[in-house]
Amino acid sequence: MAYSDKVIDHYSNPRNVGTLDKSKNNVGTGLVGAPECGDVMRLQIEVDQNQVITDAKFKTFGCGSAIASSSLATEWLKGKTVDEALAIDNMEIVEELALPPVKIHCSVLAEDAIKAAINDYRVKNGLEPLVEAKSHH
Amino acid sequence: MLKFPIYLDNNATTPMDPRVLEAMLPYFTNHFGNAASRNHPFGWAAEEAVDYAREQIAALINCNPKELIFTSGATESDNLAIKGVFEMYASKGNHIITATTEHKAVLDTCKHIEKLGGQVTYLQVNSEGLIDLQELEAAITDKTILISIMYGNNEVGVVQPIREIGRIAKKHGVLFFSDATQAVGKIPVDVEADGIDLMAFSGHKMYGPKGVGALYVRRKNPRVKVTAQMDGGGHERGMRSGTLNVPGIVGLGKAAEICRLDMEADTARIVAMRDRLERELLQMEESYLNGNKESRLPHVSNISFKYVEGEGLMMGVKDIAVSSGSACTSASLEPSYVLKAMGMSDDLAHSSLRFGLSRFTTDEEVDYAISHVKEAVTKLRELSPLWEMFKEGIDLDSVEWAEH
Ligand SMILES: Cc1ncc(COP(=O)(O)O)c(C=O)c1O
Ligand code: FES
Repeated sequence: MAYSDKVIDHYSNPRNVGTLDKSKNNVGTGLVGAPECGDVMRLQIEVDQNQVITDAKFKTFGCGSAIASSSLATEWLKGKTVDEALAIDNMEIVEELALPPVKIHCSVLAEDAIKAAINDYRVKNGLEPLVEAKSHH
Repeated sequence: MLKFPIYLDNNATTPMDPRVLEAMLPYFTNHFGNAASRNHPFGWAAEEAVDYAREQIAALINCNPKELIFTSGATESDNLAIKGVFEMYASKGNHIITATTEHKAVLDTCKHIEKLGGQVTYLQVNSEGLIDLQELEAAITDKTILISIMYGNNEVGVVQPIREIGRIAKKHGVLFFSDATQAVGKIPVDVEADGIDLMAFSGHKMYGPKGVGALYVRRKNPRVKVTAQMDGGGHERGMRSGTLNVPGIVGLGKAAEICRLDMEADTARIVAMRDRLERELLQMEESYLNGNKESRLPHVSNISFKYVEGEGLMMGVKDIAVSSGSACTSASLEPSYVLKAMGMSDDLAHSSLRFGLSRFTTDEEVDYAISHVKEAVTKLRELSPLWEMFKEGIDLDSVEWAEH
């Protein structure tokens, strides 16, 4: 399996690795995947009063493409509003990282993690949860 | 001077020993004769070389040179042994006993036998990869014609209780075939003392060439025969047709001779390096050695690093060439069926690495591998949400994972 330079770059120097305080009301946490599937992604966002994502962190147990997808996602999330973040599509990640077809599901996982984090944030703040995260696998 | 990547995948294949290459070279050009040509010196030279190789190999496994059938490798030998016995002994019965951790060349051949109407019992192994001898004996029926149990396992290196299996087979008048591809040339293998009736092995796992192997077929007590699986000129006592691969056979012979002469010294060095590698890596938290620690091959070590994912780990250890416990060929990762058969959970199987050392492995290479792997595991754990949860004392089995 040959990896693109961008995947290798994110894998070697992952951005925004870490943990936000999930007990805080303005922090949304998304945990997707399962250990027996070989991939678990945790993505967190911190949101200010203007619905702008001021911080994003991730930790991923998974292949290089999954690590790169989540690392890239945190980069993209910072500075976006929650609504803008909702519009991130996994195919944009595929394109940016030049993922081969067998690695598309790694990007789907990142999109799911974003949606799950936003959902968590919404529920915590008394908003309706989103209807449906894109299903995969 | 280290050359990268460092090759530590010697259970997949070994580099060829330069002494083997040297022995082979004349048989590509000067002595190109067909070993079956009886009428001229070209054929005689080839036949002589083949006969000499038979002696070199026979000395390594303690058999008669006439008991060796040359093949294209262990896959063919496995097929020939199992299918050949199934056909030859059809009037005696149709039942074969094997184990779930055998190589695919054995397992898929057994599946084929089942399609042909044969009965196959697949013995389970325990968490250390060993079969249970009582279970084996209990599985024997009056229809059983063959027990097929490998010598040393290619993934974890576990060595089965071969002599006891040989004794059980003899007691019940059942033939015993062993795929000894990983064992021959690495540990003392003696078909007489071990009570083996048929045995497969391969050149490229013992510092010889690829594309050549052999099947040992006992000629006395009992006299064993296998039905040929290819029709043709009736070479190799009618059991395997096809012009002999003379350079390959010469190489296999030379490889066998070197293994016999150097085994003790090689093993001492390899075990010392293997033990050091293991000691260092097992010092890391939550790392586990897979397979029985006593009964095993000297040159392989299979270790799981919990809370890191296999493919990510492979990417992190790109300076060394090793095998991983997961074959991630598609969206669905397939954990190793050998580790699964040993009762290991999928995630632990995914995060295992197999280190295979050889007579050419150096201390410097092992040192590098140790620090390289430690660094990658540490880094990936810092990235791993599972590691963080483990450190916080969360029981991962109690977590409700998003459906997948
Ligand atoms: C135990 C075992 N049996 C059979 C084989 C197949 O050997 P060959 O490549 O010579 O066909 C291998 C090698 O992968 C092996 O390890
Ligand atoms: S996360 Fe499964 S292959 Fe990438």
